[in-house]
Amino acid sequence: MSTLVALARAQALAAGRAQPIATVRHLHVHDRPLVLIPLAMAGEANAPLAALLGTDPNSPHLLVVGQPRNRDERFAFTADLAATVVPYLDSFAGETEAVPVDRGRDVRHRFVHAPQVWVPNPGGVDFLRLLGRSTRFRRTDGDYPVPASVPLLGQWLTFLASSAEVPGSALLVNAVQALGLHWATGQSAAEDAHLGSLFAWIIDGAQAAREAEDGPVAGPATDPDFDNRVLAPLITTNSSPQMTEVLRELLMPTWDRMWQSIALLRQWPEGARVGSRWDGDRDAYSAFVTHLHEEGTPQPRHDGAVAAAGRLQRLENAAARYAVQRAFDDPLVMAEHRLTGAAFSGVVTLAKADRIDDTGKRPVLRPRIMVATTETVRVEPGASLTSPARPAQKAKVISVTPTVSGTDVVLELSGGMGRKLVAEPGSVPEIGEQMLLTTLSEAYRPGASLPDPSDTPWTHGGPPLHHGDVSAE
Amino acid sequence: MNQIDGLQDSADGLRGSADRLRGSAPGKRHNARTVAALTGNPGCTRRAVLDAAGVDKVRLAEQIGFPGAFGQSRFALARGNAFEAMLKADDCALLRSTLGAYVGGYEDLGVDEEDTLSARHSRTRAVLASGAEGLLDHPLLTLEVAGQTVFLEPDLITHQTGEQLQVVEIKSFAVIDGQADGASVSAAAVQAAVYVLALRQLLGDDRVSHDVVLVCPENFSMQPVAVVLDVRKQLSTLRRQLSRLASVSTLIDALPDTVSFDLAQPVPALLASIDTLTARYAPECLSTCEMSVYCRQQASGRTAVLGRPVRESLGGIETVDEVLALASGAASPTPAQVEAAALLRAAATLRDEALNR
Repeated sequence: MSTLVALARAQALAAGRAQPIATVRHLHVHDRPLVLIPLAMAGEANAPLAALLGTDPNSPHLLVVGQPRNRDERFAFTADLAATVVPYLDSFAGETEAVPVDRGRDVRHRFVHAPQVWVPNPGGVDFLRLLGRSTRFRRTDGDYPVPASVPLLGQWLTFLASSAEVPGSALLVNAVQALGLHWATGQSAAEDAHLGSLFAWIIDGAQAAREAEDGPVAGPATDPDFDNRVLAPLITTNSSPQMTEVLRELLMPTWDRMWQSIALLRQWPEGARVGSRWDGDRDAYSAFVTHLHEEGTPQPRHDGAVAAAGRLQRLENAAARYAVQRAFDDPLVMAEHRLTGAAFSGVVTLAKADRIDDTGKRPVLRPRIMVATTETVRVEPGASLTSPARPAQKAKVISVTPTVSGTDVVLELSGGMGRKLVAEPGSVPEIGEQMLLTTLSEAYRPGASLPDPSDTPWTHGGPPLHHGDVSAE
Repeated sequence: MNQIDGLQDSADGLRGSADRLRGSAPGKRHNARTVAALTGNPGCTRRAVLDAAGVDKVRLAEQIGFPGAFGQSRFALARGNAFEAMLKADDCALLRSTLGAYVGGYEDLGVDEEDTLSARHSRTRAVLASGAEGLLDHPLLTLEVAGQTVFLEPDLITHQTGEQLQVVEIKSFAVIDGQADGASVSAAAVQAAVYVLALRQLLGDDRVSHDVVLVCPENFSMQPVAVVLDVRKQLSTLRRQLSRLASVSTLIDALPDTVSFDLAQPVPALLASIDTLTARYAPECLSTCEMSVYCRQQASGRTAVLGRPVRESLGGIETVDEVLALASGAASPTPAQVEAAALLRAAATLRDEALNR
């Protein structure tokens, strides 16, 4: 928890109202998202009880399992869920665009659009992951056959849930996290997990938030009291129509809040780098659609050693990139880094834009500037800094000198100034310009190379056995 | 037998002053869960005294108008019971095959009732001391908590093999592909550690294994799977926290005579009694303590209600008003606050600059 966000929480508590902790939206908000609110049966391992879903705020589609402990009803529910969800997910696999790869020597194709599914909270994501796990290995033949759409839904849900682990991915979004990224409330993170309460802090304030705590839950777990008083008698007496009504009443407030949250976030201006992250999501979606059309094997229960290491590397890179991109997009997020000394803002007091370094084989353009700042500077000579205003340009720290009023930092610039020995106009900061410099860098970091899965060394379990995972439970 | 009588005496002694606090209602007993919660927030006098006095905190909270949601779904209970019954059917056939414990007897010491306490405790000691191989269900254990001997509500099986005794806990949360819900597992581990500690106090450290066995349903079926958990870490935490707990008897003796938690009293009198006990509220209380909603209300305006990480980021300053005054420069910091105040001022300046751009 950064001091800046902590301060926003203190301000929210004093004001009785949630306070913004961002100035731009850090999340892609889809034009046609699918909202899905799952509800689980208490005590069971991932037994669905109901789901409210749809792409139109005015026509929610409710699915209910009358007897959650009956396997056949559960799989009928999954088939119904698949009948709505799979066509939605498929509907974006149409129009494609060409993306140059290998420095323009080749192209690949990706879909222009991708789906976006919204669930209320992290629990909803976990529920979908487990539902994916319990259905993707189901067989369409044998003793307990299920419709082909059931294992297909399982694969889709597994794909969505694992993409939700990638920081900055927006294929499967949970509303609690999305709102929490933009507002700080005057309560603890544990209390924020209740969507109704978090939403009320943003819209109506602290008093309404307290009242919302006793209101209907956003799933997937139900309230024990609701289970005992309302649900149990209905399940015992097998009164499906009544149960449908009760569950609709329970889920509708969350449904409305979800759509209001989406509308609320849509009003924010989008961060400059949100689009490039959505490009990554479209890549992932395109690759998964291709996989389904080609082999279509379900994702394994456990990643093999090489796949796990690769996945961990991708997640780490995504997390680092996401943190940097958010700071570059948003001065309020960058302020957190300024507070810790990883970034500072100052005024250019000296600039030699035409300085040439001719000590090497060829003369190169290496302008130097001096920046005076009153903020904490925690950089050493030799460090490489960047400025969000000129992300392609590197600034190497030559010297850091304390002065009466703060610090003077001398920097040597390289890159982002054109190919000639004279800098392009505007590419070198001028005297008097206010600029922000940071140790954060967007530069691509190549990962370690990993062996082919079939060459997994014995120290890591040897090559994985294929198709052993496909057997039914 | 003398030891048991002595133990009964000391329990009775404390019960005397505790009974006075509780009034006419029957006492609530400690269980592994309450001991675990107590050690989770050892600085909270309110919880320590109310638990020691056996006050029904659920009803107390309802009475003063701050009820919490601490029910358990009957579906979850039904599934837990069904799973346990299935394991214990036919002389524990399924449990034995899951544990790989085919030999030895099985003895159930029966349900948790007040009037059989000392009989069950002596039977537990006798069976465990004999060292015979087998399974012992519902043994009655005691543990010293804050200078008070508490009987633990026993819902576990001990499994004797050779020299070592192992705690077996049956839980109904699922283990899926070798993974289970982290919160459930850590709660189970702390509870099991409480039992291990109690058994070690009874039999000596080397007789009881620090590896406990968790029996859970596997994947999406009811098939049981046994998982071994090492609870050494939980044990040492528990030991340290228990040693830090101030002696509850001293706390109770220091209370004025007017303090009473008899639920028959009018609400203002109850509130006055509750307020003589200092609480240490943290948001974690909301999921573990029945009094938490009231304590949260009382703590409003304090940085503690925002959670420990936020409080630490704010330099550990007590109230939100103080934080905002230091951040705006309206108040001058005490020597201890200088560093925190400088950071808060910088944060406030940066925040204003970014928001008013």
